[in-house]
Amino acid sequence: MTSPPAALAAVATGNHQLLTLALFSAFVAVTLAVTAWAGRRRQGSAAEFYAGGRLFSPMENGFAIAGDYMSAASFLGISGLIALFGYDGMLYSVGFLVAWLLVLFLVAELVRNCGRYTLADVVASRMRRRPVRIAAGASSLTVSVLYLIAQMVGAGSLVALLLGGTDHTARTWTVIGVGALMVFYVICGGMRATTWIQIIKAVLLMGGTLTLTLLVLLRFHGDLVALLTTAAQRSGHGADFLAPGLKYGGTWTARLDFLSLGLALVLGTAGLPHILFRFYTVPTARAARRSVVWSIALIGSFYLMTIVLGFGAAAVLGTDSVRAANPAGNTAVPLLALDLGGGPDSTGGTILFAVVAAVAFATILAVVAGITLASSASVAHDLYGALRRRGRPGRGPASPRPEAALSEEPRGLREVTVARIAAALVGAVALGLALLAQNLNVAFLVSLAFAVAASANLPVLLYALFWRRFTARGALGAIYGGLLPALALVVLSPIVSGNPAAIFPGLDFQLFPLENPGIVSIPLGFLFGWLGTVTSAAAPDAAARHAETEVRALTGADAA
Amino acid sequence: MEKRDGRPAGAVRLDDPWYDTLAPGQGGQGAAEREAAGEEPTPPDARAYASGTEPPADETPAGTTPSALAWPGLPAQRADAPERPGDPTHADVYLTVQRSAAFQEVRRRYRSFVVPATALFLTWYLAYVIAAVTVPAVMARQVLGPLNVAMLAGLGQFVTTFLLTWAYARHARLRRDRAALDLRWETQERTGGNNR
Repeated sequence: MTSPPAALAAVATGNHQLLTLALFSAFVAVTLAVTAWAGRRRQGSAAEFYAGGRLFSPMENGFAIAGDYMSAASFLGISGLIALFGYDGMLYSVGFLVAWLLVLFLVAELVRNCGRYTLADVVASRMRRRPVRIAAGASSLTVSVLYLIAQMVGAGSLVALLLGGTDHTARTWTVIGVGALMVFYVICGGMRATTWIQIIKAVLLMGGTLTLTLLVLLRFHGDLVALLTTAAQRSGHGADFLAPGLKYGGTWTARLDFLSLGLALVLGTAGLPHILFRFYTVPTARAARRSVVWSIALIGSFYLMTIVLGFGAAAVLGTDSVRAANPAGNTAVPLLALDLGGGPDSTGGTILFAVVAAVAFATILAVVAGITLASSASVAHDLYGALRRRGRPGRGPASPRPEAALSEEPRGLREVTVARIAAALVGAVALGLALLAQNLNVAFLVSLAFAVAASANLPVLLYALFWRRFTARGALGAIYGGLLPALALVVLSPIVSGNPAAIFPGLDFQLFPLENPGIVSIPLGFLFGWLGTVTSAAAPDAAARHAETEVRALTGADAA
Repeated sequence: MEKRDGRPAGAVRLDDPWYDTLAPGQGGQGAAEREAAGEEPTPPDARAYASGTEPPADETPAGTTPSALAWPGLPAQRADAPERPGDPTHADVYLTVQRSAAFQEVRRRYRSFVVPATALFLTWYLAYVIAAVTVPAVMARQVLGPLNVAMLAGLGQFVTTFLLTWAYARHARLRRDRAALDLRWETQERTGGNNR
């Protein structure tokens, strides 16, 4: 992020800043109150900490899922990309939404029925092997930490930008503040507080977006054709602005990169641990399905509105002034709010700008809380849980359910303590990495998290749910065979070295031409899962395990 | 079979929390809402397939009547199953359920919607993404005022996503939920209960 231009700097002073800060503080106060309220009622069990007692309604969970998914990168980033590149920015909106069909059809209900808290539960219900659980936990943790770093870096740049302070110290303290606050929420309030924070945030975000969209439409008297025509005119590109190619139309490498990104977006959502995690906060698979229907409705209308806001910013402000304010387009929406409210010196403009800034802040806080909680479950439930059972034989008890039910309480209490410690540790690690990575592009980090989720988590999840012959070696192959290539290809990509804009501009070990590894690493995950399975003998009880998974997945029998 | 016939199916199910959570809410077709609206209560099994818009053609007899949902070939051995060695284990129960006609029907209904629908939306999305980078000229052709093929296809993606979501939710509610719930209770009776 570069320094904001004079226009924005002038905005972000005096009254504007004061009002923004007041709204920030109000949001923090409300969420703290929610956390205190939720923490007071906690019973200390794992189901309470991870899943809020599994008693949220589909509508509440639908709002919370939407809150988890719609990050500030969507609110500010996609609208900004549309304002800069027109149609090519819109492709993001489409990919982020269509991905939910995969979640709805193949994942939500079955995962809710088969697991208790995490992705590793689902895989481990097929393969009761410690290495499999550890692998699934590790890949979930990797995805969560990548996503967490992206959000924290985003918090630093955006909040500093919106508040007007751009010096390094202010950003550092913003990142630390956001991280510390969220770790506190998670430790004290668990899933119950986190879910309510997501719901509040989703309502604020939808409300803010809807207000701005209506104002844009009012400005053009409800005439969408006029809006698009004006946007095309003021973009300086004419009709090309509404056609593909402004951003990704260059070399074939760039086009391939876009395909890779498109693939990662549509396949990654179904492997995001903090999204899978949310299905366990409702009592049944049917409720999980209805949560997803709610969230598709919310997310779909949200991304439709970001399209209007993006073209609106181009039409009202002009693409050049959007680019002048921030080369990545991240300030398009705040500037649009300022203009729609009546201009920099008007009360309306001040209020709208402050509202948008506060909504962006709330968005980041809530998403960070959701991911921190999911990664604490990966550590405590998957990794720690698997390592603790070291004393027992490699294979768990033949039928762990009665045993698990008997020992639920004492084990649950200890696990929750571990989860709280893990939340603090993961938060601290992500904080440290985020401070190191402050100059990385946020959109890149998010797309990387999607690519790793699609490569490492999705193949093993689909194989475990649907493939009768799937074996433990296949599971390890699918997880590591997707995770390691994805990470390796990123290290060898132009993002890390080989050009002036890279993380290490002085070095050149770039071997892979694309920025997004998805187009290679996602097929590799599926391939290694298949290879591992066909090269290993099926376990003697494979048919029974598959029967159990299939029956439980489709009927909900013995669901937690 | 005898056990099954003796159970007042409707009363039991409407009281249980799993049924309750699926009834209220959006869509306006949940049983509780219909009852709240003063509609004449229908027997649950009829209600699940009540809309009448679902053609009964590919509903096998197995899907519609409770007696066919009970599984042939599964001995009634629920209470004593865990105690006596040599009796069916959990694994045996799950295998038996998996082979039962009722389960196969639920699975067939699930797959017959999900497989074509997934193939459809993935193909449509990939075609849309690939077309944007391979044939940008076609995508840029203007159709309706400022709207070109690309914009219309992009908005079309939103429309198809909403439509498929609605179709899936409706299909699951009308064609799968009732039978799956029956199987859930039957399975849990034989495995000796659930976690709650």
